[in-house]
Amino acid sequence: MTAISLAERSRLEKKYPEVFRQSFMRRWGLLVGIGLTLLYLVFCWFFFSVGPALQNGKWDRAGIYIQDWYSWRAQPRLRFEDGAVVPQWSSRGQYAEGADIDWLTPHDDGSMTATFGSDDDRLDITTSQVDVYVDGAPWPVTITDDGAFAPEGAPAAIEQDGRKVVVHYGFAGQAEIRDNQVAVQRRFLGWANFLYDPRSPLWGNDLFDTVGLIFTGHGQQVLSEWLGNRAWQHADILAKLMQTLVMAFVGTLFATLVAFPLAFVAARTITPNRAANWLMKRGFDFLRSIDMLIWALFFTRGFGPGPIPGIAAIFFTDTGALGKVYAEALENVDDKQREGVKSVGASPASVNRFGVVPQVLPVFISQSLYFWESNTRSATIIGAVGAGGIGLKLLEAMGTNSDWDKVAYMVLLILGVVFLFDNVSNAIRSRLIGPAAH
Amino acid sequence: MTDVPLSPASETLLRHYRSQVLTRRVYSVIGVLLVLVALFAAMNYANAANSGKFFDRIPYLFDFLKNFVPNDPLEIFRAMFDIESPYYDGSLKYDYTSDRHYLTESLYIPNFVYQLIITVNIAVVSTIIGGSIAFCLCFFAATNLVGAGAVRWIVRRIMEVLRAFPEIVIAGLLTAVLSIGPIAAIAAVSLHTIGALGKLFFEVVENADMKPEEGLRSVGATWLERVRFAIVPQVLPNFVSYTLLRAEINVRASTIIGAVGGGGIGEVFRLSIGRDHAAKTYAIVILLLVTIVCIDQFSGWLRRRLVGNQSFELGRGAA
Repeated sequence: MTAISLAERSRLEKKYPEVFRQSFMRRWGLLVGIGLTLLYLVFCWFFFSVGPALQNGKWDRAGIYIQDWYSWRAQPRLRFEDGAVVPQWSSRGQYAEGADIDWLTPHDDGSMTATFGSDDDRLDITTSQVDVYVDGAPWPVTITDDGAFAPEGAPAAIEQDGRKVVVHYGFAGQAEIRDNQVAVQRRFLGWANFLYDPRSPLWGNDLFDTVGLIFTGHGQQVLSEWLGNRAWQHADILAKLMQTLVMAFVGTLFATLVAFPLAFVAARTITPNRAANWLMKRGFDFLRSIDMLIWALFFTRGFGPGPIPGIAAIFFTDTGALGKVYAEALENVDDKQREGVKSVGASPASVNRFGVVPQVLPVFISQSLYFWESNTRSATIIGAVGAGGIGLKLLEAMGTNSDWDKVAYMVLLILGVVFLFDNVSNAIRSRLIGPAAH
Repeated sequence: MTDVPLSPASETLLRHYRSQVLTRRVYSVIGVLLVLVALFAAMNYANAANSGKFFDRIPYLFDFLKNFVPNDPLEIFRAMFDIESPYYDGSLKYDYTSDRHYLTESLYIPNFVYQLIITVNIAVVSTIIGGSIAFCLCFFAATNLVGAGAVRWIVRRIMEVLRAFPEIVIAGLLTAVLSIGPIAAIAAVSLHTIGALGKLFFEVVENADMKPEEGLRSVGATWLERVRFAIVPQVLPNFVSYTLLRAEINVRASTIIGAVGGGGIGEVFRLSIGRDHAAKTYAIVILLLVTIVCIDQFSGWLRRRLVGNQSFELGRGAA
């Protein structure tokens, strides 16, 4: 590189002063903006007391909740009764009465073996002693009336916690040994009893068997047993999903139908009446600015919970939003076509029908499709507020803190539906206005 | 008009034209009929599933409003600014003063204003966080900047999932871990913002003019330098405009998330309408309306200054 001479430099500086002497804002504006934003975030850190909240969070539970999304737990209590070990299942028992459980084997002498993944990790349970096998090595835990006690030198997986012993087997589960029972928690990948609940006559059939059943003419029974699954409530969940979809569909469609004629009144170029334009536009603004939440809660009071308040909420907000968008599109139409139609003596209605509508219809439909898509998502959340649908179901499932597998199932359903609708509406839009325009 | 005899060629043309018009009409009619059938089926379904039936409830729809009148109009403003009510009888309904947030001995922020500040702050923080992450991600999703198909595919799928993931689930999961509070709302709205803004951003990047990029490439600039000096200056105004639009949407989103456990004005509103506290409810509705209108106007003005009128025609539906 050659150095620039002093004369050349001053000549350049004189010729392009705006490049060399930029204003303070141009030079430092970005940095100042970033600095202020960071300051604001720091302020919010304290305003929302994020630090203490994160510290007080129950992070150990978070891990369990996440695992519950894709796996399930069997948690029998193995009680010591009269020298024998008797399993006792909670109300959410995932096994049918008297079923053979491959990881829990009772023996004739009243003892019981619980395996965690392989024979190297297992518990041999008698009422006086539990042999804990960790990686093949036995560690006898003695049980007295005072509690359960781990042997000296036991590995970290076997933990003495006061008068009980906790054995950790990682993902496969854990066991809590006490003086009168062993509480076993055994975790498996997948969702328990997703097809049939234990009370169903078809319980125990896996997906492969089910396909076989369908082809041997038991389709009717398979369907009714699957829908009637008491643990998963497929019928209810699908009905609620349907309600959510109906809310979005009917709400958006009604909003489109109502906003369409009103937009003609609001558009300056179509209706030459300033007062009408102004009133209609402010009306749209009003509908739009009242939060969807307010509409939803208001109509829930009016109609009672269910899809109708959801429909009404979407309808009112979107009539405002779509009306505004439509009116803007109408004000931007090409005047030549209207003049052409007018010049042959057409009535005002015909001018709009043949001079305006063909220009704006694709834009209108495409906008409505966008709103439909986004409403499919927002209908979920309005539902949670009280309008019903899958949102409320999700909120209920999350409230119990033990149905995270069901939450995962509903999330998958919602994701699937949203993707499907995205693609459908994209396809319609491409056909209407060409692939380039969206 | 007189009938002019047509040549055989024109005759054929006319026939084809007419048959095409006919096909088109038939398709239109079928399409409209299908939509109508779907609409009526859906409405019937909705009516059957609702706990109150539409036509039974319509006459009584406003009954609840009739009983939902504050004792006098001034009550609304007393509730809004936490001024003691003359109707105070020890019940929550007329208790406006106990939730004041004192800054000093005598100076306080009214509760609803305070809750509103929380909600707006949630929206702003999530827009900043989500926008920044979307800004970093969007360049990896653009066809003209990233050659590797796998990277682009993964980034785009991540954005799609974030966009479609129900916000209440994120909020609910975090509420279970962190207990009820604004952090859950911030996380939920931020994650959604990443997906929504990311999509709009990468579409802007893909439409950017590649000539400056080529110029920089010719003098040996690295990928990062090319993005920083060739692409970012072009797309920044549009990015800012979309971010502002998103901020408007996020104010509404954080209100709703608040109602399902995120705190802020949404929660207060749900409680007050559920408990029939008329004056409080109207106070919140007015506050929310004013806030949303103000924010819309302000961001509209700012966007118009930044990118001109075109900012109002782009990406409207990408909510």
